[in-house]
Amino acid sequence: MATIVTDDGFIADDRANEFLDWTEAAQDPADLPYGAAVEIPNSLSGEELVPGFDRIAHLRICFPSHVDGRGFTLARHLRRLGYAGRLRASGHLLADQYVMARRCGFDEVEIDDELARRQPESVWQQSWQQQTASYQFLLQREA
Amino acid sequence: MYLYSEFDRTYVRNRVRMFRDQVDRRIDGSLSEEEFKPFRLMNGLYLQLHAYMLRVAIPYGTLDSRRLRQLAFIADRWDRGYGHFTTRQNIQFNWPRLKDVPDILDALADVDMHAIQTSGNCIRNVTADHFAGAAADELSDPRPVAELIRQWSTDHPEFTFLPRKFKIAVTGSPNDRAVTRAHDIGLRMVHSKEGQNGFEVIVGGGLGRTPVIGKVIREHLPEADLLPYLEAILHVYNAIGRRDNKYKARIKITVRETGIDAFRSRVEERFRIIRKEFLGADQQVIRRIRDTFAEPDYVQAPTAAFDDALRRDPAFRDFANGNVHRHKNPDYGIVSVSLKAHGRTPGDASSKQMRILADLAEAYGHDELRISHEQNVILPHVHRKDIPAVFAELSRGGLGTPNVGLASDIIACPGMDYCALATARSIPVARDIAVRLREIERDVGSLKIKISGCINACGHHHVGHIGILGLDRAGVENYQITLGGDATETAALGDRAGPGFPADELVPAIERLALTYLDIREDQDESFLETYRRTGLAPFQAALYPDAVPKGRGGHPERSNDAVS
Repeated sequence: MATIVTDDGFIADDRANEFLDWTEAAQDPADLPYGAAVEIPNSLSGEELVPGFDRIAHLRICFPSHVDGRGFTLARHLRRLGYAGRLRASGHLLADQYVMARRCGFDEVEIDDELARRQPESVWQQSWQQQTASYQFLLQREA
Repeated sequence: MYLYSEFDRTYVRNRVRMFRDQVDRRIDGSLSEEEFKPFRLMNGLYLQLHAYMLRVAIPYGTLDSRRLRQLAFIADRWDRGYGHFTTRQNIQFNWPRLKDVPDILDALADVDMHAIQTSGNCIRNVTADHFAGAAADELSDPRPVAELIRQWSTDHPEFTFLPRKFKIAVTGSPNDRAVTRAHDIGLRMVHSKEGQNGFEVIVGGGLGRTPVIGKVIREHLPEADLLPYLEAILHVYNAIGRRDNKYKARIKITVRETGIDAFRSRVEERFRIIRKEFLGADQQVIRRIRDTFAEPDYVQAPTAAFDDALRRDPAFRDFANGNVHRHKNPDYGIVSVSLKAHGRTPGDASSKQMRILADLAEAYGHDELRISHEQNVILPHVHRKDIPAVFAELSRGGLGTPNVGLASDIIACPGMDYCALATARSIPVARDIAVRLREIERDVGSLKIKISGCINACGHHHVGHIGILGLDRAGVENYQITLGGDATETAALGDRAGPGFPADELVPAIERLALTYLDIREDQDESFLETYRRTGLAPFQAALYPDAVPKGRGGHPERSNDAVS
C-alpha cells in the first residue's frame, strides 16, 4: 500500500484505486461524476480539464522519474487556471523535492514502500520544517 | 557591486546545510547515486575524469578583492593551488574531495558566494558583458538585471528539473560581448522608439552538437515584464521540451521543431496569465539591486603618466593597444589581464596570481574585478595614470601578456586532460598554437581562435573566427577546422573547411591560415573576419589543403556528412 506524505507526516492512502485514468476513461470532463478522482499524465497542457473543474475533487499527476519536472509546471498551471481540489504527485519524488512540490500547488505526495523505508517520515518532515522563504515569494508579492 | 541582504545570507547558508545533509545521506546509502546526482549537480559538483570538480558561480563575472582572495584560499586549502576560469564566468576547482565540499561551500558563503545552479538541468549562473558598468559603448548596466534573474531562478520550484540545462546571458551594450545569440535566452537591453527601457529577447540559441543562432521572440519587452516573460518561456519549454533524447532536449530544438511563431504564441498566451501574478515587488527589488551597483568614486587627476609610458616603453604600448579598452570615463581604462601566457593553460590562475590581482584591484581598481567568458580577468576601472604601474606589477607576476584579442588569446575547453566527455585534447593544442603564432600575432591583429575537445562545444568553436573541434577517429585525435564564426551582434556559425587534421599537422595548418590572411588582406585595417567575409573559403582552403584539387572558387563547400550534426 502506498504512503501519502503530507505536511503533518505520513498518512495512509484514503483514495487507493479510486482514480479514474484520464487517458482511458474521461476525455470529456463534462462526463465525469461529481467528486471524481482522476489520474492525469504529465503531458497534458491543463486547459482540457477546465470544463470539469467543478466535478473533479482530486487529481493525481504522475512523475515517471524524479528528474522529469513536467508535473511541477502542470500543477502550477492547473492552480493558475483555478483548480481548487486536492492535487497529488505520485511516482518517484524525493524528500528533497517536497517543498518544491508544495510550492507548485501540490497538497501531497504519494510514494511506494521501498522509498518510504529509505526516506522515512523524519526525512520528509525535516525537509518541510527546515525550508526557508523563497526568492520567488519575495519577487511576486505586492510592492 | 551587489551586496547580499540578510535573506541572501540565510538562504545560501541554508543551502550549504542542506547539501551537507545530502552528502551524509549519500554516504549512509539513504540516497542512491542516481538520486544524489541532481542535488550534487545543482550545487556545482561534477564527477570528472580523475576526481570531483566543483564549479563555483561568479554571478555575471563580478568579483572584488575579498572574494578573489577567498578563491585563492580555497585553491590552497582544498585543491592544488589553482583554479580554472570558464567560458561561463565560473571558476572550477579540479581536485576537491567529496567530504570537503560542504566546507568549501561554507567558505564561499563566508564571502557571499555559492556554487548553486552551476550545473544540472536548471537555470544556470546568469552571465553578462564582462565590461558591464565600465564600457564606453554601454546603454545600461546589465548586472542588476542579471542579479534579478539570479534571484528569481534560484531554486525555482517549477524550473529545477528541466529537460536540459538552461543558460541566460544579458548585455547592455549594442556591441555584444556576452554572446547573447548563442544562449537559451539572450537579453539585449534596448530603448524603444519612444525611449522606453526594455529588452530584445532572443531565444533558442546555443552551440553544442547542434549549433543554432538564437531567434528574436520579442523585439521590445518592457523592462517591468521581464520576469513574467522569462517565466512564460520556461513554462512552455518545461512542458513541451523533449525528454526522450538528451541531445534534442535543449530549447533550441524545441523552438526549431515547434517553429518560432508557434512557440511565440504559446509563450505570449502563458505570459498574459503569468503577468498578473507579479504584483510589483520585483520592481522594488531591482531598484534596491541597482542602488548597490553604484558607480565608483572616480579620481580626478592628470593622465600624463599614461601618455609618457606610451611614448617611452614599447612593451607598454603593446599592452595598452591590446589589453586596455575604452572606459565611459575618458580618464579611465578597462584593463584586461590575459590568462593566456604563451604555452600556459588558458584560463588557469594560481592562488598567487589571484592574490596579485586582488591586490591590484584594491590598490588601483576601485576594488572591482570581472571574469570574462573569454577566460581572462578584468580590472574594469583603472585611472589612466595608474595603468603603467598596473602593467609593471602584472608583468612581475607573469600576468602582463599583451595578447588580448590576438591569436594566442584562445578559448579552450578543459578537453581530455580533465573532462570525461572529451574526445581530444584542447589545452595542449591551445598552448602549441599560441607559441607558434607568437611572432606574427601582432601583425595578424584581431583573431579569435576557439577550441573544443568534443562536439559539445564548450570551447565555442562554432563562433570562432577559426574554430577547432577535436574528435576521436578510431582512437586517433583528429581536428576539424571551421572558419568565419562570430560571437558578437553579427553572430554567425563557422563554415567547415574540409577534412580534419591529425594533432601534429594542426598547428602548421593554423599558421598557414594566418599567413594566408596576411597575404590577401586588402590592407592592415581589414581584419581576418572581414577578409574571410570578402573572399569566402576558397583561398583559406587552398592554404589548408595545398595538395587537393580545387573544388571551384569562392563557394562554401558543402558541410561534410561526418561528425557535427
